[in-house]
Amino acid sequence: MIGTLLNSTSLLLASEFAEESANASNFPMIPALIITPLIGAIIIALIPRSRSDLYKQIAVITSVITGAFSIAMLVAFNTGDSGYQFVIDQPWISDLGISLHFGVDGISLFLVVLTGVIFPIALLGAKVDHDPKPYYGWLMVLMAASMGVFSSLDLVLFFAFFELVLVPMYFLIGLWGHSNRVYAATKFFLYTMLGSAFMLVGLVSLAVLNARAMGGPITFDLVEIAKNQAISVTAGRWIFCAFAVAFAVKVPLFPLHTWLPDAHTEAPTAGSVILAAVMLKLGTYGFIRFGLDLFPEASHWAAPVMMTLGVIGIIYGAICATMQKDLKRLVAYSSIAHLGFIVLGVFAFSVQGLEGSILIMVNHGISTGALFLLVGWIYERRHTRQIAELSGLQKVAPIFAGVFTLVMLSSIGVPGLNGFPGEFLVLLGSFASARWWGVVAVSGVILAALYLLWAYQRVFHGPVTEPNKGFRELRLTEGLVIAPLLVLIVFLGLYPKPMLDRIEPSVERLLAHVDAEVEGFELREVKFVAPLPGEVDAGHSEAGKTEAGHTEAGETEAGHTEGKP
Amino acid sequence: MIARIVQDSPVQTLAAEAASGTPEIIWSAIAPNLILMLGGVLLLTVVSLLRGKSPSWFPAVWTVVTASLALIALFPLWARVQDEGAQTVMAGAVGLDGFSLFVTGIICLSVIMGALLLEGYVRREGLEGAEWYVLLLLSASGGVTMASANDLIVMFIGLEILSVAAYVLTAMHSKRISSQEAGLKYFVLGAFASAFLLYGIALTYGATGSTNLVRIQRFLSDTVITQNGLLLAGFAFMLVGFGFKIGAAPFHTWAPDVYQGAPSPVTAYMASGIKAAGFAGLLRVFVVTFGPTYGADWRPMVYALAVLSLLVGSFMAIVQTNVKRMLAYSSISHAGFILVAVEASSTQGTSAALFYLLAYTFMVTGSFAIVTIMGRTGDGTHALDDYRGLGRARPGLALIFTVFLLAQAGVPFTAGFLSKFYVINSVVAEGQYALAVIAMVSAVVAAFLYLRVVVAMYFSEDPAAELMESRIKVPVGASIALVIAVVGTLWLGIVPGAVTNVANDAVAQLVAFKS
Repeated sequence: MIGTLLNSTSLLLASEFAEESANASNFPMIPALIITPLIGAIIIALIPRSRSDLYKQIAVITSVITGAFSIAMLVAFNTGDSGYQFVIDQPWISDLGISLHFGVDGISLFLVVLTGVIFPIALLGAKVDHDPKPYYGWLMVLMAASMGVFSSLDLVLFFAFFELVLVPMYFLIGLWGHSNRVYAATKFFLYTMLGSAFMLVGLVSLAVLNARAMGGPITFDLVEIAKNQAISVTAGRWIFCAFAVAFAVKVPLFPLHTWLPDAHTEAPTAGSVILAAVMLKLGTYGFIRFGLDLFPEASHWAAPVMMTLGVIGIIYGAICATMQKDLKRLVAYSSIAHLGFIVLGVFAFSVQGLEGSILIMVNHGISTGALFLLVGWIYERRHTRQIAELSGLQKVAPIFAGVFTLVMLSSIGVPGLNGFPGEFLVLLGSFASARWWGVVAVSGVILAALYLLWAYQRVFHGPVTEPNKGFRELRLTEGLVIAPLLVLIVFLGLYPKPMLDRIEPSVERLLAHVDAEVEGFELREVKFVAPLPGEVDAGHSEAGKTEAGHTEAGETEAGHTEGKP
Repeated sequence: MIARIVQDSPVQTLAAEAASGTPEIIWSAIAPNLILMLGGVLLLTVVSLLRGKSPSWFPAVWTVVTASLALIALFPLWARVQDEGAQTVMAGAVGLDGFSLFVTGIICLSVIMGALLLEGYVRREGLEGAEWYVLLLLSASGGVTMASANDLIVMFIGLEILSVAAYVLTAMHSKRISSQEAGLKYFVLGAFASAFLLYGIALTYGATGSTNLVRIQRFLSDTVITQNGLLLAGFAFMLVGFGFKIGAAPFHTWAPDVYQGAPSPVTAYMASGIKAAGFAGLLRVFVVTFGPTYGADWRPMVYALAVLSLLVGSFMAIVQTNVKRMLAYSSISHAGFILVAVEASSTQGTSAALFYLLAYTFMVTGSFAIVTIMGRTGDGTHALDDYRGLGRARPGLALIFTVFLLAQAGVPFTAGFLSKFYVINSVVAEGQYALAVIAMVSAVVAAFLYLRVVVAMYFSEDPAAELMESRIKVPVGASIALVIAVVGTLWLGIVPGAVTNVANDAVAQLVAFKS
């Protein structure tokens, strides 16, 4: 079953194979991604406070260099290769089989690039009103740790970065956040750490049991343990649960989500942007890399529960977002809904579902990051985020309103913008394998339009009340900062193929792995490619047509909605 | 009462050894201990002869040099043990193995840190004198005796030398009533605990016919004791004695008061050196001697102690308002964590405990170095409120304290993370998943405590007025101690390979004495 699919796609990708050769250079790309921001942090720490003007410059320069490295990685990435690339494998604690094993594949590649792109934008787009030195220092540490999480291929190394991320974020929220920041920061730290506590026990158990079953020395190498699949079904399910708690907190899945609205709302703008764009992906990325890959059987076993929680998240997040009076909190709840889609797609166990999930992971980062940036700018101008106190901004600041509209529509998932392909693929994938979850999830698409459009209407339409009269138009610098995100919103909405091409081989490899390990697993797909000559199948061609058609439809629809307000 | 299946009667070997006369003593094998003890005695003599003409820094430097020499003396011994295997000297009373050398190293390190902190402290408090350092060195010598004892009586003597000096050190701050109170409390409760230990030793002797650990181990593996009530009671009483020294719940009640009342540098030594010695005794007696035969009997007891210590330590810590008390409770929960490794009762567990003790020495002496500095004249400003705004007033100190606190919370790339990781690894390898989960969850609870201090230092709106006005002085000794502690904490977290290998090679062994 999966074989035919692989065949057809490999034919599709044949041209791509020819174009790009393996990444030839031996430049240690991943260490560079981690070390560059750390060097920035050290330089910032060493500069005396009298030269406080330098902090931002150094942070921006190092993050841009890191971003450039990540782009270079994207360019050098071998499109057709489903395995890990840019691999580095050095022993770290050899007695316990813990190694500095790094590598990226199609699943993690775009998260690394996203991290590289979002950080400079968050740094440039948000102002800091006090203590610039620790602010930029912690942001650089955060960037290094995020890069580490997405590229680690050793369980302990991954865990170390996963936990390390907490510390800078804790300080960012606690020192530069809003009124209730200490509560939010502490809650964020403890919630995540509690989840990780289970994961640590789980990963040690996994390594111990794996070593026992294989009879070899203990190893924490992800690739090897995933390949071995040596532990018993029961043990696998227990350990999966231990991992799932940690990831569910991080995603966050209902009912472990309560830290998120607090953390996002109280965080400073840069913190919110990074939280939404990068931090939230740690959980869903973890589910793919350390759930599906390590525990295919247990993940498949838990899929109904996880999908149900994902769907609850979609609906619950949307309803909560509708009820919010605080604009930033609204965006925070909308994240819960989006992340619900990702979880649904991951556990739908289909190529489209998984691809869609990875697309949403990246695109949610772009659009929600941009939304937080815009909300942050509204707050800078008006010193309030209360929807009720904002009104008629469109008349005072039409360009600002236009940018907000574009970003908002992308977040809603309007066809033609980047929010659409991911959601569409997730729904497509879940219809094939988990129809009823898909049916319920579709309503989330409508709800998203409801809460965001309603919020837009209240904030940007209506009469211009007195305090909003002086609302400043979008500055040129602000426009330049957000421009890359706007370009990505449109480009990835219209032409997601370059992304899909790189994601697909890895996703197929992952599902082939699941197929091989799970008894009675059946990959249900909506056939997605145009039928090859000689292969006549009505269903296929229909699906193919839909695919071809939707981008066109998207463009026109986007045009409509954009024109409306 | 006892049915023996006699194969190799301990009485015979005893007789054989007695016949050979006074045993030869290999002095080099106990060199570190001798250096510490002689260093202490010589210091007392020299300072007495000089009659106050010695400069005020002299005793501190002497102590640091002595402890460093003892530390250096460990290296040839380590090489000898790795080449020739573990040895027993002094008629089987003292063992020379990787384990005892590792613990000796920890104790020496703890003495160095304590002396560095004391240097500025006694000057600030106007309590200059060599007595502090003499007592510190003698106490350390007791700890080393304990770590290398192969005989219960020798272990007891070591414990007493260690403790009596520590009681006096606790009460040494003659200007603070709380210090005297703590000293008395420590002494009375400590004496009780020693009595329990001694009673346990007596019962074990009654059950096995020997106080020598090698003979006890051999006897227990050769003999089936049909009625083991006496032996089990011996276990229980000894566990009370050791539990007191390491500050494990429910024998922890002295710890908060004593940690709070004792002079801060002494508390640093107490939390690192004395704890290490206590764990050394516990590991050698229970894991090495009783582990193979009676593990099933004592492990549940240690399980209960571990769980109680973890829960009491972490939950009680978060409601404290005094930083020294907080650290005292956190030290109880750390003891619980190390007990988890003891419970594993394996060589892996022993290595994990050793790594943890070394890591904890860096973290806790560093923390108490900050506490010593922050105590200011009178050693009294330890309320959490006194730390408000430290991040603004002294960013460097606050950052270093944050490193120690986060390391204790178990944040990766610090010593605290890997030490917790090794413990979890050792206990999971024994199939004790529930204990591992309890340990990790209580570590999260304890993390809240460390965050409270961080919140006070960085996030509080109204900094302590006094903090902004008064200049906090960081004496030279304390700054050296801070550097050592920070470097150690990060080094063990980032490149732990070498230390891990050493801890793995530091196997505790009982070797029969060959005369």
